[in-house]
Amino acid sequence: MRALVLILSLLAWPAMAEDVVLGLSSDKVSITTSFNGSQILIFGAVKRETAIIEDPPLEVVLTVAGPSEPVMVRRKARRAGIWVNSDAVEVDRAPSFYAVASSGPLREVLSATENLRHDITIDRAIRSVGAPAGITDAPNFTTALVRIRTNAGLYQRLEGAVAIDEHTLFRSSISMPANLTEGSYVTRIFLTRSGEVVSQYETLIEVRKVGLERWLFNLSRDRAMIYGLMSLAVAVAAGWGASAAFSLLRR
Amino acid sequence: MQVYLPVAEVSVNAFLILGLGGLVGVLSGMFGVGGGFLATPMLFFIGIPPAVAVATQANQIVASSVSGLLAHFRRKTVDFKMGSVLLVGGLIGSAAGIFVFNYMKSLGQVDLLVQLSYVVFLGIVGALMFVESLVAIRRSRSQAARKPRERRHKSWIYTMPFKVRFRTSGLYISAIPPLLVGGMVGVLSAIMGVGGGFVMVPAMIYLLHMPTKVVVGTSLFQIVFVAAFTTMLHATTNYTVDAVLALLLLIGGVIGAQFGTQIGLRLKAEQLRILLASLVLAVCGKLALDLLLKPAELYSLNPVLN
Repeated sequence: MRALVLILSLLAWPAMAEDVVLGLSSDKVSITTSFNGSQILIFGAVKRETAIIEDPPLEVVLTVAGPSEPVMVRRKARRAGIWVNSDAVEVDRAPSFYAVASSGPLREVLSATENLRHDITIDRAIRSVGAPAGITDAPNFTTALVRIRTNAGLYQRLEGAVAIDEHTLFRSSISMPANLTEGSYVTRIFLTRSGEVVSQYETLIEVRKVGLERWLFNLSRDRAMIYGLMSLAVAVAAGWGASAAFSLLRR
Repeated sequence: MQVYLPVAEVSVNAFLILGLGGLVGVLSGMFGVGGGFLATPMLFFIGIPPAVAVATQANQIVASSVSGLLAHFRRKTVDFKMGSVLLVGGLIGSAAGIFVFNYMKSLGQVDLLVQLSYVVFLGIVGALMFVESLVAIRRSRSQAARKPRERRHKSWIYTMPFKVRFRTSGLYISAIPPLLVGGMVGVLSAIMGVGGGFVMVPAMIYLLHMPTKVVVGTSLFQIVFVAAFTTMLHATTNYTVDAVLALLLLIGGVIGAQFGTQIGLRLKAEQLRILLASLVLAVCGKLALDLLLKPAELYSLNPVLN
């Protein structure tokens, strides 16, 4: 596959045949009982058959996107003196996690056209089609979604966070918060020159619950009855145990 | 030490949860209440999703109530017949409560429902308790010899049909009021994630005129089953019971309860009640302010279910 991409890119840009060779510090994130967020080092090199072109300089933009899901965004309004949820807009698709890192200010390393074509910035990763009748300011809801997730560390815009050495080696590290959603995280790397994408590469980082977390979560979904009974059994046993232990202590 | 909760899908500090469980345990030991009314809002505050907090708290209540019930069972201060009638009401109420909970969730108003229930019930119970214990303190200070109050006319409760004899409580009353009280507590248990002892105990004393010594044991008997039923309903319909969170709360609670009992033994009953009333009112006030003041973030995100 990579060979095919290489061939295709050689055909497409015979003059500037540059391709990404990527490394990840880890291609899977395991959510264990002690999981407290994760730091992923994304590094790689630019493979090329021709001499390095130094001007315009090579820039790198990379994105990591968690699984997309519909989200209900609700807004509070004052009704009868108290603040209650009133208006709601369903955002059709929003990634649960999204980080975009670049080697320089985004507007310099990526042209607006290329951003539209490849959906790189956060606002391009969110799809919101229409709002219910009666809501005239639907964009405010999308803005709020981005603001809330940015504050929670789920959406990150890391300009200048990709380091490039000798126009060839690049590296960046993305920190993922503890409240990650499970799924395949699409990781894309774009090489750009004067705002134009000259090469791109895509891979997946798997985020999975493992061990006890996996077992408990599956049990709670697939065998809810057994899970509920198990929770109750633990509770009853603990209550009985505590009562017995302390009546022994008092004696 | 961070622990990732599998169902809540958030990472929390284990010691924070243990401490919270412990604090609630101290309260339950001091005052003989489950402490759910305090623990559930605290869990919201830590960042546990409300639905998970409410469901998990119901599971935690089973544990603390079993422990208390066994102690009362040994002292034979449980009226099983009254408890069963309360329980029947409780199960019906709990099912109705889950239905309301899920309906409000689909409307996006579940947080409001939970918060309003808290403000209303904590406000009423806290204010009543506060006034009552102030009066009691003043009475004990004035040292005035008082005649024991005569029991007034038999209340409306005695005029209702379907009379049943409750031997342990020494009552011969209609089964309808206990059913209603039980049903109300069931609804509260499902919506608020509380055992409902703080509503049921006063209702049993002032409404049903049960003797004080059997009140707590009987209330615990009912709470164990209603909370267990609520846990099962939440676990099977909403998948929101977090076993790891429940376990952490439980360990803290068990240890805290012992310290609480020791503290409780050193304070006078009126002082205890006024402390509890202040605490209930403080929690109520905090929740009321959240509803009345303009929130810093007007928008909130919810997953779309289906």
